[in-house]
Amino acid sequence: MTIQIRKGKRATEPQCLGSQRSLNSEDLLFPNQTGDSKAAVYFQLSNGRFRPPPAHRLIAHHIVDTIAPIFFRVSRTMWLPLRLTLLLLFLLLSPRALLRSGSAAVVSGEEEEFHEELLLKPLPDRKVLAHFHFHSIAPPSKSNGRHHHLFPKAISQLVLFPSSVPFAMWSDLDLILNFLFRLLNNCFSSSRKYDVFLIVFALIGVIVGEFLSFGQVQKFRVKEMELSFTQGRWNYERWGGFDPISSNNAKPPGVELWAVFDVPEDQVDAYWKNLTNSLSGLFCASINFLESSTMYSAPKWSFRITPGRLRYGTLPREAVCTENLTPWLKLLPCRDKAGLAALLDRPSIYKGFYHSQRLYLTSNASVPAETVSGISLEQTLTVVLQPNSPSSSSIHSGESNFQPSWSLSSIFGRKISGKCVLAQSSIVYLQLEKSIFSEQKDNMDNGPNSLASEGFAGGSGFEMSLDPDIVIEEENQSQHKGSSVLYGFWVEKYNESQPFDLGLKWKYPVFWSSRQAPLHASRFLMGSGNERGAIAILFKSANSADSSSGSRHVSDGCELQVDVFQVVPWYIKVYYHSLQIFVDDEAKPIGDFVHKIQVSPSKDKTSPGMMEMLLKLPCDVRSAALTLEFDKGFLHIDEYPPDANQGYDIPSAVISFPSFHSVMHLLSNDSIRKSPLLSRFQEKNRVQSYTEVLLVPLTTPDFSMPYNVITITCTVFALFFGSLLNVLRRRVGEEERYLKAGKKKGWLRVLLSRLLAKLRGKPMEEPDQPSSESAPLIGKKLVLKVILVAVLAVAWQFYST
Amino acid sequence: MAKVEKKEVAAATPPWKPKPRPIVRLGIVLISHSLLVSVVCCTAGIVALFLLPMLAKNTYISENALMPGSASSMLSNHDISEAERLAKDLTSLNSGAADAGIERRRVLAKYLSDLGVEVGYHKFQSHQNQFHPLHFFSSPDSGLSRENGSCSSYGINVVGIIRAPQADGKEAIVLVTPFNFRKNSSSEALSISIGYAVFSLLSRVSWLAKDIIWLVADSQYGEYASVASWLRDYHIPVFSASSSHNADSCFEGNNINLSREESPGRTEISSGFRRAGTMAAALVLKVTDVKGQLEDTLSVYAEASNGQMPNLDLINVVNYLAVHRQGLRVKVEKFLSVLTWEWIWVLGDTLNFIGKVAGSLNPEWKFGISTPDYVEGTATLASSLYRQALGIPTGPHGAFRDFQVDAITLEISPKVVYTNQGRRNEFILRSARLIEGVVRSVNNLLEKFHQSFFLYLLTSPAKFVSVGVYMIGFALLVAPLPLVAASLYVDANKPEPSSQDPKQKLQINFKPWKWLSAAKQVFTVHAWGVFVSLLPYFISQIPNSTPAAHSIIWFSLSTFGLLVLYLITKSPSKPQKGKWENLKSLTISAVFIGLLLMSVVNFATAQIGALVLVPACLLAQPLKLDIRTASLKTFLRIATNVFISFVAFPPAGFFILKGVNEGFGNMDVGEFWTWLESLWAWNSATYIYIGMVHLPCWVLCLQILLHSC
Repeated sequence: MTIQIRKGKRATEPQCLGSQRSLNSEDLLFPNQTGDSKAAVYFQLSNGRFRPPPAHRLIAHHIVDTIAPIFFRVSRTMWLPLRLTLLLLFLLLSPRALLRSGSAAVVSGEEEEFHEELLLKPLPDRKVLAHFHFHSIAPPSKSNGRHHHLFPKAISQLVLFPSSVPFAMWSDLDLILNFLFRLLNNCFSSSRKYDVFLIVFALIGVIVGEFLSFGQVQKFRVKEMELSFTQGRWNYERWGGFDPISSNNAKPPGVELWAVFDVPEDQVDAYWKNLTNSLSGLFCASINFLESSTMYSAPKWSFRITPGRLRYGTLPREAVCTENLTPWLKLLPCRDKAGLAALLDRPSIYKGFYHSQRLYLTSNASVPAETVSGISLEQTLTVVLQPNSPSSSSIHSGESNFQPSWSLSSIFGRKISGKCVLAQSSIVYLQLEKSIFSEQKDNMDNGPNSLASEGFAGGSGFEMSLDPDIVIEEENQSQHKGSSVLYGFWVEKYNESQPFDLGLKWKYPVFWSSRQAPLHASRFLMGSGNERGAIAILFKSANSADSSSGSRHVSDGCELQVDVFQVVPWYIKVYYHSLQIFVDDEAKPIGDFVHKIQVSPSKDKTSPGMMEMLLKLPCDVRSAALTLEFDKGFLHIDEYPPDANQGYDIPSAVISFPSFHSVMHLLSNDSIRKSPLLSRFQEKNRVQSYTEVLLVPLTTPDFSMPYNVITITCTVFALFFGSLLNVLRRRVGEEERYLKAGKKKGWLRVLLSRLLAKLRGKPMEEPDQPSSESAPLIGKKLVLKVILVAVLAVAWQFYST
Repeated sequence: MAKVEKKEVAAATPPWKPKPRPIVRLGIVLISHSLLVSVVCCTAGIVALFLLPMLAKNTYISENALMPGSASSMLSNHDISEAERLAKDLTSLNSGAADAGIERRRVLAKYLSDLGVEVGYHKFQSHQNQFHPLHFFSSPDSGLSRENGSCSSYGINVVGIIRAPQADGKEAIVLVTPFNFRKNSSSEALSISIGYAVFSLLSRVSWLAKDIIWLVADSQYGEYASVASWLRDYHIPVFSASSSHNADSCFEGNNINLSREESPGRTEISSGFRRAGTMAAALVLKVTDVKGQLEDTLSVYAEASNGQMPNLDLINVVNYLAVHRQGLRVKVEKFLSVLTWEWIWVLGDTLNFIGKVAGSLNPEWKFGISTPDYVEGTATLASSLYRQALGIPTGPHGAFRDFQVDAITLEISPKVVYTNQGRRNEFILRSARLIEGVVRSVNNLLEKFHQSFFLYLLTSPAKFVSVGVYMIGFALLVAPLPLVAASLYVDANKPEPSSQDPKQKLQINFKPWKWLSAAKQVFTVHAWGVFVSLLPYFISQIPNSTPAAHSIIWFSLSTFGLLVLYLITKSPSKPQKGKWENLKSLTISAVFIGLLLMSVVNFATAQIGALVLVPACLLAQPLKLDIRTASLKTFLRIATNVFISFVAFPPAGFFILKGVNEGFGNMDVGEFWTWLESLWAWNSATYIYIGMVHLPCWVLCLQILLHSC
C-alpha cells in the first residue's frame, strides 16, 4: 500500500524527482523524505555500515522502480494477497540483498558527467554579462537503463525512445539477474531454501512490470529541444551580435520552445502537445498554451539548418520569474546549494537588464550504434547586470568614461565557496576584448602571449583580484577585431574559508565595441488605426566601415545571405503578395533579392501564418527593408481576454545569416577540449538574431455594447413584429363591431373612445351600417402560422451557427 | 411623413376610418401642435445648455491601475543640478553664431548619450499644410505632401530613447519638449531642464515597463509641424522616397555633419530613425512666461483635431498630481470675456437662488452652485465647446491623436521669472515631479486607456460634462425639426379651404409630387455649397495676393455661381400655394440630417450650429406675408428673422464673435479668409459643415424670407 502511494506521487509531481540527486546522504537512496516508504527506512536502519556506491544505488533504484509498477498493476487486478506477500517478501529480502551485493559488479562504460562553468564579460556600456553554463551528459542508456545518478530523470524521460526501451529492459534484466543469482547463492549457502520461490516470483514480476511499463515512456521521443525563458531584451547594438553568446543565448522575450521529434511526421503534433504539457508542469509556466495549433508552426529550413520534424512556438507575453528558475535549478545535481549556482541570488539576477534561462537537450539515443554520449543537457543562464559602483552615480563628473569596477560579491551579493562536488569541472572564465590591450601592445613588444601576465600583473588598464589558472586566447583569423582573451579560474581550489570572489578593477578608461552581426535587423509596425497596417523589417548595415566579414572584400557578385523566419498569428491577416523590398532606399523587384521563399498563410483559428525567406543582398548594401501589409482581424467574442487589453503580440522574427558563423577559434588546448562551454563556443553556428516583439492594437469592442444592442434590437423587433402581427390579424369590420358592442356595453368604454376621439381632434363617427359578417375564427390558423414561423426561425438559427 | 400620408389617404376613403395606432396618433398630435412643441423643445434645449455647468460632475480616476501619487518621487536635487548644467550649456552658446543650433543639438545629444540612452537625430522638412479637397477624414497623408523643398526649411529633432530594462519594449511613453535650437529663450531652456531632469531620473530607475521617448522638437517652424513630421516618420516611414536623400544632401551641403562624434567608444549617435513600440500616451511639456500670476500655474490643453479629446483619465491624473501633490494651480482655457457679461452673472444668481430654494424645500435637492463657480464654469464650457467645434488642435498633442495616441499639452508658467537659483530649482523640482508622477502612472497601465470618457466637455479642471448629459440639450434642440417639417408638409398639401364640401373631397387632386420642385431647389443650393467649399483650393493657387483679395474673389465667385444657378433653375410657372411651405419643410429636413451627421463627426460644431440654424429655420417665413398682415407679432417676427439671418451668415457671425471677444476695433476682410484657411488646412470637419450644411441652409432660409407668394 505504501508503495502505491509513492507511485501516485511520482506521477503527479515530476519536480520531486529532482531530489533524488541532491547531496544529502539520507536522500541519496530514496526519493521521498516524507517517510511513506517503509522499505526505504528499513534499508537505512538495518544497514549500519552503509556507504552508497553507484552500483548499490542503481540496484536500489531498480528495485524501487521496477517492483513498484508491479505492485501497482497487480493491485489493480485485485490480487491483494499476492501483493501483500510480495511486499513482505521484498521487505525481508532487500536488506540482505544489498548487504551481500556490496561488491556487486560496477557498471562498465562511461560515467555520467556534470560540468559547471561561468563566463563573465564586461560589456561596453558599463554592464557585466554573466553566463552560467551547466552541462550534464548521460552516456547511452545501454549501461544503466533508464536510471541515472546525476542526470535529471525528468529530462531523460523526454528522450526515451521505443527502440531504447528494450535496451533499458535488457540492461535492467542483466543487472537484476546478476543480483538475483547472488541472492540465490546467498540463500543456498544460508540454508533458507524457501527464498528461492519468492525470488522466482519476484523475477517474473519484474519482467511483467518491464513489459507493462512500455507505454509510459513513449510519450515524448524528443531528439533535440530548446526551451528558453527570457525577460528583457538583448541589446544587439551594444552587447554584440556576432559572438556565440549572442547567437545562441540571446532569445526573444517570453518563452521560446522548439523541439525535433523522432517520430513519423503524422504523429509529431501529438508528441508536441504531450511535450508542451509536461514542460508546462515541469517549469511552472504556461507552455501548455503552445499546444493549440494556432500557436506553433513547423519551419522547414529557415530556423534550423538541420531538417527534421521540428516544431516551433513562442509565448512573448510569458512573465519569467523565480517560479521558473526553481524547477530549472532542481535539474542541477547540487541545485543552488553549492558550486557556481550558489551565486544565483534571486533579487540580484532578476534586477538586471537581461535574464534568459535556457535548456538545450540533445540526444542520439535513438541510434544505439553510435558511441557518442547519449543525452546531453545544457542549462544556461545568461544575465546582464549593472554593477553598482560608486562612480555610476556621478557619471557626469569627469569619470564617466570609467568602466565600473566590480567583483562577484558586488554584483551577485554572494561568493563561491567551492565547487559542486559532483561536477567534473568547475571553472570561471573572464572574457575580455583584445582591443583593450591594443594600446599596451605598442609599449610592450612582448607579443600576445604576454597578455596574460601583463593583465593581472598590473601593466594594463585593469587588475584582477585573483591570478588566473589558465589564459586562453582567441586565434587571430587575419582579423584584428573582435577577438578576445579568456582567463580561467579553477573553482575547486577555493573553499568555505577562502571563497572565490573574483574582482575586476579598471585603472583608466577603456573603450571597445562589441562585434556586430553583418546586418542589424529591426522590425516595427507601420500605419495606424484599427483596420490595417504593415510589418516592416529593416536591415541596416552594422558598420559600413567595418570590414570584419571576410566576404565583404569580394568586390562583385558578393552576396550576403539572410534568412528570415516570421510567424504571424492568424488574427493578423498578412497579405503576402504585398511583400515589397527596398534596397538602399529604392523599391526593387522581389525576384532580384528573394532567393527562396516559402509561405504558409494563416487559417482562421487553426494555424498561424508563417514566412520563410532567403534573401541574397549585395554585400555593400547599406539598408534594406521588407514590408508586408496586413489586415487586423476581428476576433470572436470568446477569443478576447476577459478585460480590456493593450493589444496582441506578433512574435519575434528570427534573422539568421547562413554564411556567417559565430565561432571562436581558440588555440586548442587540452583543457579547452574538456570544457563544454568552450567547445560550445567553438562549434560552428550561424549568426542569428531576434527582432523585437510587436504589439498590435486590435479593435477592442466595448463589451457592454452587446447589452445595449440587445436592448435596442429587442425594442425594434418588438415594435416591428407587433405592428406586423397587428396588420396581419386585424379585421377592421370586427373592430367596428366591437366598437358598437362596447357602446352598448358600458359607459367606461364610451368615455375612453370619446377621449381618444378628442385626442385625435376628430368628431366621433357613427358607423353607417353594422357589419353583418361574423368574426372569422382566427385562433387555429394563426397559432399554426406563428408556430411555423417560430420553427423556421429556430431551424435557421440552429443551422446558421 | 409617410405615416401622415397614409393618414391622408385613409381620410379620403369614407365611410369609416380605421383607428390609427397609438404611435401614429401620438405623432399626429405632436405634429398638429408642432408650434407649441418646437417652442417648448427649443427653449428647453437652450436652457439645458446653460444648465450644463450645474450638471457637471467631479472628475475621478476611473482606472484603478493608474494609482497616481502612490509612489514617492525619486527625483533628487542631483538630477536638477545636472539639468541646470545642461540648460546653462545650451544658453551660453552664442545665439548669433550660424551653427549655434547645430552646436546646441550636439551638446544635448552628448548629455543624453552620457546618460546611456539611445540618441538619434530626426531630420524633417517643414511644409505648409496643403488643402486637399477630398482628403478630409482620411489618415494622415503619407506621401502626398512630401515634395521637394528648399534646404532652408529643414529642421532637426533630437530624440532620446530609454529602453526599459526588464520590459519587452512593446509600448512607449512619449515626452515632448518643443525647443527652438536657433534662439535663446529662458522659458524654453527651463522646459529643457525639466525634461532632462525627468529623463535622467527615468534612465536610472528599474520600475519602467514601457520605453520612454524624449522628443526635443525643433520648434523653429512651429511646434506642431516638427512633432507631426516625427510622428509621420514613426508610423508611416517612406523607404523609397527621395526625401531622406534630400535631407541628407542638404545637411551635407551645409557642412552639418551631426553624426560625427568625437568621443570614442561611446554609443554612437545615429542619424537613423530610432523607434520604440506602440505609443501608450504622450505628454507635451512647455514653459511659458505669463506675467502677473499669483502662483505657479499649469494649463492643460487637450483638444485635438475635430474635437477629439484624450481619455479623461489622463487629464485626471495630471490634475490630481498637480493639485494634491505638487501644489500647482491647474487651469483649462476659458473665455475671459464671458466673465464680464452681466447677464451670465444674473443667470448664475438666479440658478443659485433656485437651487437654494429647492435645497430648503428638500435637502436632498442640492443642485445649486455658487454664482462665481457657475460663471467660471460657463466660460470654460464655452471655450471647451468653441475649441472642439473649431476642430483645430490646441497644441502639438493634436498630432498624436491622429495616430490614436492619448496626449495632452502641459503648459507650466512660473509665477515670476526666477532669478534666484534656489527658487528656480524648486520650480523645476515640482514640475519634474509632476511629470515623473504622470509617467509612472501611465507606466502602471496594463491596458490601453479605455476606462474613462473620451466624449466630454470640461467646465473646470476637475469637472466635466459627459456625453450622456450634453446630448440632451442638442437632442431637444433638433427634436422639433422633423415635426415642423411634417406639419409644414401637411399644411402645404392640405385641401383648399374652399372645398369643404364632402362630395368634393374625393376629387381633390392629391399631388404627391408637389414637393419635387422644392427638392430640386434644395438640392441645387447644396450643390452650390459644395462648389463654394471647393473654390478656396483654386483661389489659393493664385499667387501673390492678400487674404482680403482672396476673400473678395471668393465672395464674388460664390454670388455669381448662385445667380447663375438661380437663373438656370428658375421655374417659369407662377408661384402657387404651398410652395414656400414645401421649401421650408425640405430645408428643415436637410438641416436636420446635416446636424445629425455633424453631431456624430464633431458634436460641438453641431451644437453651436444648431443654436443658430434651428431658430433661423423654424422662424423663417416669407417677409411678404408678414408685411401683408402688419401687426406687432409679425413685426417682431420680421425683426427676429432679419437679425437671425444676418447672424447666421458665416462671415457676419465670425466678425460678431470676434468683435464680442476682442472688440470691434480693427476688422479686416481677410481675417475671415485666414480663419477658414486655417480650418481647411487642419482638415477640420467644421469647414465641411460650414460649406455644405450651414451656408446652403442659410441661403435657403433667405429664399424663404424673400419668397414671392
